[in-house]
Amino acid sequence: MKLLTHNLLSSKCLKGVKVGYPLRIVAKDVKISESEFNKEFVKKIIPKLDWKVFVNAAVQIGHSNDLSDELIDDYEDDEEYLKKVHHVLMEVEIINGELICPETDRVFPISAGIPNLLLNENEVS
Amino acid sequence: MATMKLKKLQHALEDIETFENPKIELEQYTTSSHIAACILHTAQFVYNDISGKCVADLGCGSGVLSIGAALLGAQYCAGFDVDPSAISLSVENAADRDVLSQCDFILCDVKKIDKNMKLKAFDTVVMNPPFGTRERGADLMFLKMAISLATRAVYSLHKTSTRKRVTSMARELGVHAKVIAELRFDLPASYKFHKQDSVDVQVDLIRFSFPLLENNILTF
Ligand SMILES: C[S@@+](CC[C@H](N)C(=O)[O-])C[C@H]1O[C@@H](n2cnc3c(N)ncnc32)[C@H](O)[C@@H]1O
Repeated sequence: MKLLTHNLLSSKCLKGVKVGYPLRIVAKDVKISESEFNKEFVKKIIPKLDWKVFVNAAVQIGHSNDLSDELIDDYEDDEEYLKKVHHVLMEVEIINGELICPETDRVFPISAGIPNLLLNENEVS
Repeated sequence: MATMKLKKLQHALEDIETFENPKIELEQYTTSSHIAACILHTAQFVYNDISGKCVADLGCGSGVLSIGAALLGAQYCAGFDVDPSAISLSVENAADRDVLSQCDFILCDVKKIDKNMKLKAFDTVVMNPPFGTRERGADLMFLKMAISLATRAVYSLHKTSTRKRVTSMARELGVHAKVIAELRFDLPASYKFHKQDSVDVQVDLIRFSFPLLENNILTF
C-alpha cells in the first residue's frame, strides 16, 4: 500500500466515528518499488494531498526522505523536490502492517500490501 | 505507453487469470479482454481520461480494468473489491504484467466506500459493476459511489434494459450520461436471467461526466 492511498483513507465507516482521519500507521514490512516519475502528475497531485498527513505518515514509517511538514513554496519548478515527493508517495510500499482508527483504535490490517477495510456487521455505522 | 494500440492492449489483457470459484451472489465474471481494451482505449483516445490520471476501479475482480488503465499510462490506479480472493487475483495479475507499481488494491465494500475514501479523489472511475440481478440495486449503488469519487468521468457497464433507470438516476445526481457503445456481453450460463434466455445480454457502455468540468474535458 502506497502513502497516496493512506492519504485518502478514513475509518468513518465505523459506528460512532466522526472524522476517522488520518489513520495511524504501523509498518512491519516496507518495500521500495520503482515507478516512473511523471513531473506533471506529481505537480497536480500535491495540492490535492493533505500535506501534513502525508509527511506525518512518512515519518511514522521511517521514510520521510527529509520532507518537512511545510510544503515548500516553489515546488512546481523544483524537480529534485518533486522526485522526492514522488518517491515517498508512490514508491514506498507498506507490505505488512496496520492502519489504526484515530478515534476507536480499531485495527485494519495490511497484509501482502493489501489494506483490509472490511467490517463486521455490528461495527457498521 | 499512452500510445499503446488497441490490439496490443487487448493482447496484454488476453490471458488474465480469472475467478477460480466465482461467487454468484457477487456477480463475479470477468470483462473480456476485447471489451476491456475497447472501453479503456475509447476512454483514453477519445476523451483523454486515463493517461497520467488517478483512476479507480470499483469491484475490480480480476483487476483487468485497473491493469488496462495502468498499461495506458494511468499514474495511479486503485482497485476495490469486497472479496479477498478477487483482490489477491488482481494483485497477482498486476504483478504479472508489471504494473503493480502504479496500482493499489484495497479490500473494501463499495457500499461504504464514500466513508472509506476521500470524495472526489479520482479523475476517472472505470468499472464493470454487478448488474444488480443478485442484489437488487447494486448497479445503481455502484454508480452513485463512482460519481462521488470521480471529478472527470465514470465509465460503467449497464444492462441496456435498465437504460431509463440509469439515465434518470444520472439526471438526479446532476451528471451527464452518454451511451458510447452497445455491447453484447457473453455471460457464463450461471448468470442467465431466465431459463430460456441465451447467455448473451445487451449491455450499454455509458460515460458519465460532470457538466461544470465539461470545458476541461480535453485539456492535458
Ligand atoms: C462483474 S464483476 C467485474 C470484475 C472485474 N471488474 C472485471 O471487469 O472483470 C463484479 C465485481 O464486483 C465485486 N463486488 C460485488 N459486490 C461488491 C461490493 N459490495 N463491494 C465491492 N465489490 C463488490 C465482485 O466481487 C466482482 O469482482
